[in-house]
Amino acid sequence: MTEMETPSIDSSRIAEISLSSSREEIERREKVFAVENLGVAYSGNVALAGVTMNVYANTVTAFIGPSGCGKSTYIRCFNRMNDLIVGAVVSGTVRYHSSDLYGRDVDPVEVRRRVGMVFQKPNPFPKSIYDNVAFGPRVLGWKKGLDERVERSLRQAALWDEAKDRLSESALDLSGGQQQRLCIARALATEPDVILMDEPASALDPIATARIEDLMHDLKREYTIIVVTHNMQQAARVADMTAFFSVETREDGGRHGVLVEVDATTKIFTQPTDRRTEDYVTGRFG
Amino acid sequence: MSRQWKSRLFVGTMVLSLAVSFGTLGWLLVTTLIHGLPGISWRLFTAPPSTVPEEAGARPAILATVYIAVLLLAMCVPVGVATAIYLEEYARKERWYNRVLEVNIQNLAAVPAIVYGILGLAFIVRGIGVGRVLFAGALILTLVVLPTVIIASREAIRAVPDSIRQGGLALGATKWQMIWRQVLPASIPGIATGSILALSRAVGETAPLLLIGALQYVAFDPTLFGAFTALPVQIYTWVKLPDPAFQTLAAAAIIVLLVIVLGMNALAIFVRNRYRQRW
Repeated sequence: MTEMETPSIDSSRIAEISLSSSREEIERREKVFAVENLGVAYSGNVALAGVTMNVYANTVTAFIGPSGCGKSTYIRCFNRMNDLIVGAVVSGTVRYHSSDLYGRDVDPVEVRRRVGMVFQKPNPFPKSIYDNVAFGPRVLGWKKGLDERVERSLRQAALWDEAKDRLSESALDLSGGQQQRLCIARALATEPDVILMDEPASALDPIATARIEDLMHDLKREYTIIVVTHNMQQAARVADMTAFFSVETREDGGRHGVLVEVDATTKIFTQPTDRRTEDYVTGRFG
Repeated sequence: MSRQWKSRLFVGTMVLSLAVSFGTLGWLLVTTLIHGLPGISWRLFTAPPSTVPEEAGARPAILATVYIAVLLLAMCVPVGVATAIYLEEYARKERWYNRVLEVNIQNLAAVPAIVYGILGLAFIVRGIGVGRVLFAGALILTLVVLPTVIIASREAIRAVPDSIRQGGLALGATKWQMIWRQVLPASIPGIATGSILALSRAVGETAPLLLIGALQYVAFDPTLFGAFTALPVQIYTWVKLPDPAFQTLAAAAIIVLLVIVLGMNALAIFVRNRYRQRW
């Protein structure tokens, strides 16, 4: 197996990066997703409407907002996981680089390889650690260099040192935090471009959470990361851009999520333009 | 009456119910063993039936039952599992035909086996002209237990958490890859347990086999497309005879059948415990 450097963790650097990225600087980066007037309805019930925003490369973008604001629904639009729900209808457009993500000739299976996802609750397969990471490459038919690929992915997810001597043991014997890093490693093994994380640390203790956050900082050098979080401090710590979602009540009494504002994280947390954002980030709401 | 006494009364009722069912079972086992053990001999497994009890054995019946069991597994499990996969993973519940299918399978599981015998006689033996052969018997028993296998397999498939399916799909697996590599391996213990239990029920079935004309005396080893008998049919035949020596033989054959059935049930329990899935 190849010798690789384990990414080191430097918490002072983390604070610096988050605070230093201005909106202008971020918007000069490559545009990975361009979302326009996106809406999602489940069997006719609108869950999310009118979302327009961009996601930039090598950036951590956080979605925050109260429960029911549609942020988890929204993140599932980026890898077409909503397609799996019977009755879900996605309207508007999502452009991925230059192609329409929901275009006629786009294969959702290929989308999901390029846009990986980590779920709220760690969901390792009931197999060995090795087989978990190798699952993606195997279904894609990537047989060559599988050992190296597994090692590289586990290193990137900062799990190699803990897992290298027990690769053939069941993934279910890992701790919750290790399981979540395994899920990240598993997603990295298919060489994605984007990693979606739906509240990746909500089931973890503070130490495991800190490791996941450190990992996001390391990973954004190579990947684009979108993270849904309930935890505002987490958004403040890890995200360069933050999008705040809120719930809006329609005239017919139904409620759906809307994007209130999206800006550099520093801006959202210090000088939000919208009153609702201010109420939320200062803790007067929710 | 005080609350304490009500509670004791309830426990007492339950213990009594338990005693009744276990008592009956125990009594049946003991009488069968007392009657049958003297009849157990090597001859039972090697000799064909005969009108002379001292020369009679059940070799053709035992062999036929084994053949039927193997055929049954080979036909029932693939069809049952495929149906279960369709219903659990592909069928859209809001479509009317899927709901009809669902209700039908539930009902079919409750249809008495003799009804399948009539169906088999009309459609398999006469309709498509398979004849009164072992293969026809296996086909009919497949129909008898298929709903049970489907239901057990569905339960096993449904027990696989959705997070596993989503995890697989999110890594770029196709739906079939996700089912083949995640859902099926995880549900094998449940499917195996259900199939073995269904099989053990099937090998004890007599009525549908009698109906399609399993012969009562078969003096030669069974073949797939030849006349046949089966262990329960052989028992039935012997029990009807007046000579008490045949009663002993019948009891001995019952012990053989019991050992086969209990052995399969034990295997089912072993498989379930050995491969129990955790998440």
